[in-house]
Amino acid sequence: MINLADMAFYLFAFITVASGFLVISARNPVHSVLWLILAFFSAAGLFVLMGAEFLAMLLVIVYVGAVAVLFLFVVMMLDINFTEFKQGALQYLPMGGLIGLILLAELVTLGSAWAFGDVVGQNITAPIPAASDVHNTQALGQLLYTHYIFIFQTAGLILLVAMIGAIVLTHRQRPGVKRQSIADQAARRPEDAYKLVDVKVGSGVALPTKKG
Amino acid sequence: MVEALYKLFGGEGQFLYLLAIVASILAIVLPLLIGVAFAVYFDRKIWAAVQMRRGPNVVGPFGLLQSFADGLKLFLKETIIPAGANKAIFLMAPMITFVVALLSWAVIPFEAHMAIADINVGILYLLAISSLGVYGIIMSGWASNSRYAFLGGLRSAAQMVSYEVSIGFVLVCVLMHVGSLNMTDIVNSQSGAIWHWNFIPFFPVFIIFFISALAETNRPPFDLPEAEAELVAGYQVEYSSMAFALFFLGEYANILLMSTVMSILFFGGWNAPLPGLEFVPGFIWLLLKTAFFFWLFAMVKAFVPRYRYDQLMRLGWKVFLPLSLFLVVFYAAVMVYGGFLPTHG
Repeated sequence: MINLADMAFYLFAFITVASGFLVISARNPVHSVLWLILAFFSAAGLFVLMGAEFLAMLLVIVYVGAVAVLFLFVVMMLDINFTEFKQGALQYLPMGGLIGLILLAELVTLGSAWAFGDVVGQNITAPIPAASDVHNTQALGQLLYTHYIFIFQTAGLILLVAMIGAIVLTHRQRPGVKRQSIADQAARRPEDAYKLVDVKVGSGVALPTKKG
Repeated sequence: MVEALYKLFGGEGQFLYLLAIVASILAIVLPLLIGVAFAVYFDRKIWAAVQMRRGPNVVGPFGLLQSFADGLKLFLKETIIPAGANKAIFLMAPMITFVVALLSWAVIPFEAHMAIADINVGILYLLAISSLGVYGIIMSGWASNSRYAFLGGLRSAAQMVSYEVSIGFVLVCVLMHVGSLNMTDIVNSQSGAIWHWNFIPFFPVFIIFFISALAETNRPPFDLPEAEAELVAGYQVEYSSMAFALFFLGEYANILLMSTVMSILFFGGWNAPLPGLEFVPGFIWLLLKTAFFFWLFAMVKAFVPRYRYDQLMRLGWKVFLPLSLFLVVFYAAVMVYGGFLPTHG
């Protein structure tokens, strides 16, 4: 009888590859993004099967929940004729295939030649607990926030600088934009806005000339 | 829960295990859907009571069967697909909303050992699945090929993504205290009577979570995606019949989910509020707490006028995000320097 985990693996792997292919072959760009989301999602399934449940959930939260939503936003708002765009896409196929092959070869060489250097044994300051003792959430947390906290924080700072830089570069002060002033709106009382006037019969009422 | 059922079947093998999984899913989904039907009824009744109306009172005793009658009516209606719509995505969107609303319930523990999947990243799973809920709405908005629906879909997507950020920080506060991402551990860390529960030390965080939950489920005062006064019904405008019913069910299932999550995170889950009340089964306590939060949701709907969209975005990004970020740092400092860190992990 087939193992359930194996079946799940082949299912997720097939969906990942098939939807990856459909991302580039779909005619409609919105469909492309939706296939991309499916690819992310089934890749998360593969992570779960490998026992990396924390990474799987992060993949879904970050990529599916945030990044792909932005993709979808942009693609839906743009009105580009992508079919025209894709007319000559086939002529790039040999080049793309070549790059893919090179990447694959690099991955295989990297994977087969993987070994710890001599210095690793000396650099370990804390004993590494067995994989069965810690969840991978805890293991990742210890690695990032205990052993490599300064490097991790530096990486975060670099990202922050990049984000602020992008905002500064694209931000323009446009003249003539009416802005909401929430403080003014919240501070506004009924007395500032209207005034009750008792109008005597037969005599009219003049509009107040100044505010209040 | 699955294991218990598997033992109950008394056999061996993967087929029986699969059967046990399906049985436990049914054991949660069926009561949930019936619960949704009554939740809709109570929502309408509470709303009516606040406005001094009677609310549904014709079908069945006290109108109790109103939701079922509505469901039947929707079931018998014609599914209309607009000519310009993208048919496949148009039909898929309500299904995604509905399925995603049900998926989250897999990690909810109703009592000790009473969850379908007691996984050790339970809270992250909840966040991940609730972030999928956006797709049902944004897809329906786009596929309807209508301005109203598209605007509603965009609004909703921006809103849900914004408020997920502050929900994430709120969860971080609670998780620092518990020291585990597992839902059962979260409840166990508050075991005991009401003064052991998380809402006492985490009250400001709880308020942020409650308001964010209103925004996340598109409930009033944050129901701008469907704002009937301006967008007719937002992303639902082109939907009829069962497709509409799936949106509706998904929405209410999400509200019930948020109420349950609030009871689990802040109000001790299945724990009895006072010592001596432990003879009442735990899931009844959870049910009562969930009903209380649903009542709060309904009352907010009745009391509070709708926000303007720019105010909503301002509240999310300029108020809740800095506030919840500050609270994370604050609670972390208190835990580190006050010696309140969880002992394990």
